[in-house]
Amino acid sequence: MNYNWDWGVLVTAPYFGWIISGLGWTLAVAACAWLIAFTLGSIIGIMRTTDNPVARSIGAGYVEVFRNIPLLVQMFLWYFIFPELLPEAWGTWVKRGIPLPEFWTAVVCLGTYTASRVAEQVRAGINAISLGQKQAAMAIGLAPMQVYRYILLPVSYRTIIPPMTSEFLGIFKNSSLALTIGVLELTAQTRQIEEYTFQGFEAFTAATILYITVTFIVMTAMAVVEKKMAIPGMISLGAK
Amino acid sequence: MIEMKNVSKWYGTFCVLNKCSTSVAKGEVVVVCGPSGSGKSTLIKCINGLEPFQEGSITFNDISVGDAKTNLSKLRSRIGMVFQNFELFPHISVIKNIMLGQEKVLGRTTEEAEKRGMELLHRVGLSEHAHKFPGQLSGGQQQRVAIARGLAMDPVAMLFDEPTSALDPEMINEVLDVMVELAKEGMTMMVVTHEMGFAKNVADRVIFMDEGRIEEDCTKEEFFSESRGERAQLFLSKILHH
Repeated sequence: MNYNWDWGVLVTAPYFGWIISGLGWTLAVAACAWLIAFTLGSIIGIMRTTDNPVARSIGAGYVEVFRNIPLLVQMFLWYFIFPELLPEAWGTWVKRGIPLPEFWTAVVCLGTYTASRVAEQVRAGINAISLGQKQAAMAIGLAPMQVYRYILLPVSYRTIIPPMTSEFLGIFKNSSLALTIGVLELTAQTRQIEEYTFQGFEAFTAATILYITVTFIVMTAMAVVEKKMAIPGMISLGAK
Repeated sequence: MIEMKNVSKWYGTFCVLNKCSTSVAKGEVVVVCGPSGSGKSTLIKCINGLEPFQEGSITFNDISVGDAKTNLSKLRSRIGMVFQNFELFPHISVIKNIMLGQEKVLGRTTEEAEKRGMELLHRVGLSEHAHKFPGQLSGGQQQRVAIARGLAMDPVAMLFDEPTSALDPEMINEVLDVMVELAKEGMTMMVVTHEMGFAKNVADRVIFMDEGRIEEDCTKEEFFSESRGERAQLFLSKILHH
């Protein structure tokens, strides 16, 4: 293979700046999308565990729609189709009126998609709690909302820390799809460096290492959180 | 205090309660016994609306439990309940378990709730365990905490659903002692249990259930004499021989 290795390109202006800015946008997309995913996903997941049949079907419908359409297709639907379905003035506002339309479209797309997955984790966490716990909470007179607030959610969120960590890592990595609608995040910047310098190996190696570093930091932090949140006296297989 | 008239309940086509009628007067201690699957737990869970029922009526101090307009949370806060598996909340300390309902339902301040909680823990002999978590206590200790949690709401009646069935034999008495003391203080109690010693000691009445029906509902003297029905005799002969 005839390839001129040049690792120096990574620290040369403007490429170094591109990588840093790309990483910044990747983190920004992932963090904003996670806020939507966590909040909306929790609400949808809780709705699926209530006794209200309407809430349950809305929750089930949401999950089935958003997790069964490929993420890339959802990205295009949000970016190209959604604004056209709105009244014209709104559509124009979504396309050009808001600052950074590509960024916010990517955030909404990733957030709503991941919310469907978070919802299923939250539902599983709540359903893993025995009926007796819910009955005991109701028996002391807690209203349904209080039963969730003080008993079901604090316990279930602890249970689902490991899969929720996976979901966050998922949203972080899936943010690379935002390049397809023009967000200059890490993967997009990496491709741009390749196109300008033909040093694709170096650029993609750098991107890979950055992705792995961030996921490693998140994993380590979540392992600490899991330990801190562990309930004293609760013996489970994971408590070793 | 508790009036139950012709209460029936089905799971699908399976009838778990079949026209059950009984009543519990203020200060009365009623023991409910019967074979597994006879509907005892379901019966007492209907009283505070934890289990819905399809027919008949239950009133608690003249408030209808089955009425959709009844504020069930408010009603439940006045009836203490103790479960077979304790059901303490695992993620908060023992004292917080006892304070939660006082603060969030009765609106007591943290100081009031803690003071009352410590009094009750002292009473069930567990004040030194206040800041432990439920998972760090033995079964008998957990069940005593659960009783304290029920009492913290200053209930007018207490329901016990097989409170000693999940306990090691040596821990049964520490829980029964607390219950006997409560009964002697005049607490209105409905207790699902197989502890016939407890029934003989403090019960005013005994209800015997089989296949969703109340087969016997009589004073404990009548129940433990020979005048009881065949099914109840068979049941007693089986559980008393060991």
